[in-house]
Amino acid sequence: MNTLANLCTFSIRRAAGARFSAVLALFGVLITASLAADPIKIGVLEDQSGDFAPATICKVHGIQLAADEINAKGGIAGRPIELVIYDTQSDNTRYQEFMRRVLQKDKADVVFAGFSSASREAYRPIVDQLHGLCFYNNQYEGGVCDANMIVTGAVPEQQFSTLIPWMMEKYGKKVYTIAANYNFGQISAEWVRNIVKKNGGEMVGEEFIPLGVSQFSQTIKNIQAAKPDFVVTLLVGTAQSSYYEQARSGGLQLPMASSVNIGQGYEHKRFKPPTLANMYVTTNYIEEVDTPESKDFVKRWRAKFPNEPYINQEAENSYLAVYLYKEMVEKANGSTKIPDIRKAIATGDINFDAPEGKVTIDPKSQHMSHTIYLARVNDDHSISFPKIWPDIKPYWLGEAGADLTKSNPHTQYTPSNPPKVP
Amino acid sequence: MDIGSALFGFLYQIGDAAAFLVLASTGLAVVFGMMGVINMAHGEFIMFGAYGTAIAVRAGLPLPVAITLGSLMAGVIGMVVERLVICRLYGRPLDTIVATWGISLIFSQGTLILLGSSFPGVGTPFGSFAVGAYSYSWYRLVLMAAALLLLFALWLLVNRTRFGVLARATIQVPHMAEALGVKTRTIYSLTFGLGAGLAGLTGGLYAPTMTMVPTMGSTFILEAFVTVVVGGADIFIGTAPAAGVLGITKALFTSWQGQLTGQIALLIAVILVIRLLPKGLSGWILKERS
Repeated sequence: MNTLANLCTFSIRRAAGARFSAVLALFGVLITASLAADPIKIGVLEDQSGDFAPATICKVHGIQLAADEINAKGGIAGRPIELVIYDTQSDNTRYQEFMRRVLQKDKADVVFAGFSSASREAYRPIVDQLHGLCFYNNQYEGGVCDANMIVTGAVPEQQFSTLIPWMMEKYGKKVYTIAANYNFGQISAEWVRNIVKKNGGEMVGEEFIPLGVSQFSQTIKNIQAAKPDFVVTLLVGTAQSSYYEQARSGGLQLPMASSVNIGQGYEHKRFKPPTLANMYVTTNYIEEVDTPESKDFVKRWRAKFPNEPYINQEAENSYLAVYLYKEMVEKANGSTKIPDIRKAIATGDINFDAPEGKVTIDPKSQHMSHTIYLARVNDDHSISFPKIWPDIKPYWLGEAGADLTKSNPHTQYTPSNPPKVP
Repeated sequence: MDIGSALFGFLYQIGDAAAFLVLASTGLAVVFGMMGVINMAHGEFIMFGAYGTAIAVRAGLPLPVAITLGSLMAGVIGMVVERLVICRLYGRPLDTIVATWGISLIFSQGTLILLGSSFPGVGTPFGSFAVGAYSYSWYRLVLMAAALLLLFALWLLVNRTRFGVLARATIQVPHMAEALGVKTRTIYSLTFGLGAGLAGLTGGLYAPTMTMVPTMGSTFILEAFVTVVVGGADIFIGTAPAAGVLGITKALFTSWQGQLTGQIALLIAVILVIRLLPKGLSGWILKERS
């Protein structure tokens, strides 16, 4: 209401000039025209420049592709989608600025935002405070239990409870983890540690690398000293990805397991083979996935964005998120109000036949089930899929006692700090 | 594990850390030590060298030629920048910070717009060798040798060539040098070009080992400034020993407790040196001498 009043005084003050009032009248016509169409506004806050950009520009494209497809077929419940896109520049403070702007000034019905977990935790309090609804379309360390957030990315119980036991069976039980030193890396490493222990393995080393570090000689030596059977690499950002080249040229050729590589930064396309040979990644989608649905998706994508370097899992997550939101709004009889949307989610019947396979939103955690593909990087950097796990549920929050249909703690839980069951 | 291979491993790590510091900082030290200009765009000259090298390698040129071309390109861009901007700011070190910072933003964002957010890498040559239980990269030894050679060549250039004499004269008493017929403007331009070219050389040398992005210079810039600050104004008795001291500190603590501890130790060492020797290592060495 305040903004409306401000707008009125603004226009009265300016109305003194005849030319200005003519311009304002024109604006008035435009505004009424768009009001008649009454679009659903989707705010998009993704990094289109900076350290994370190679992995995240395609997320914006995925949202644009889905919005175009939906608009061409009549929109969401008869209303067209309007995208409000900001470049967050891989900078957490930008997320905070733009999240306020997109919710308060642009009045977006829903926001799709964020790559790094640090950025998500930077904007999440603002979403809660302004009672917004936000999709986080990214794999991450899991545990966000917040009714204002919907997560379409894969979580550790989906990526690690499949990957780590498979690797231990194939290569051996001694594991070394190197991880980016912030919430994502720390919590993911905790997951790896727990799964290794549960399966009778041994952590022979664990190191957390500050973001921005690009020189790894000593780390490579420490790994060689510990003699693991395989290395879990949870490195993030372009500086840290220098590790692979340096490890290879330093003669470290152990199998690698990861939840972040290939599926996000398409390192197998960017680095010279065989730098990444023998790396195993669990991902819910990459463009090499060899199903008719996936091939059709890639074809439609390339028709719209012919120069896309790679369609990664977050691109697919972002794409399907638009369709999931459509499903929610239509199940809520066309309402974009958050209580109505949440009632639609609580039915447990929000799903979509995505390029990866069928996905469903879990009402307890507002996370999503996934088909998990085990991707192996071959010597020539082609991809093969030694194993596929269909319909892996985001079970952890629910099993640990969280239930967003009953209470809304606005918290991120970790395995060492689980929900308190009453 | 026998003592010989352990010792080699330790020396290799120190050499690797010190070579990175030397290569990252010499270009900055030349521009700061000889011209009093604080060059915030140093990282972007490194990036230009790396990109120039990668482009030349993709055009089919051998790596050493490509690295030479990359550093020449960075040097030429440096001379253009000096002529357009820096030459108006001599004697105003604080203003050079703002101007070069602006230039650095223009360069990194301009590269992002023109060439995109990432660039295909080069691939590290030579492979690896084993000593005891550990394997090492040959190319890392090349980097260490390059750091030593660079210091030696720079010493020759400054102390044994006509350009070196003229440059030192210009830096010491500019108007006197000018009165004696030295074209000081050209000297300044060449010196800045030399600094940018050295940065480009660093970029070219590290291009095969790193991910190529427009912001890649920023991973060098912290270490570069830290080394120059610890070293003080003189390159040979400042930068080189500073790189040695900081390299040992970083390698020791990284091998003991990992990268995070290594970085913390590096920065604590910097604070200690600055607190105890405000003019850096070179200031202290000069004072001891006199």
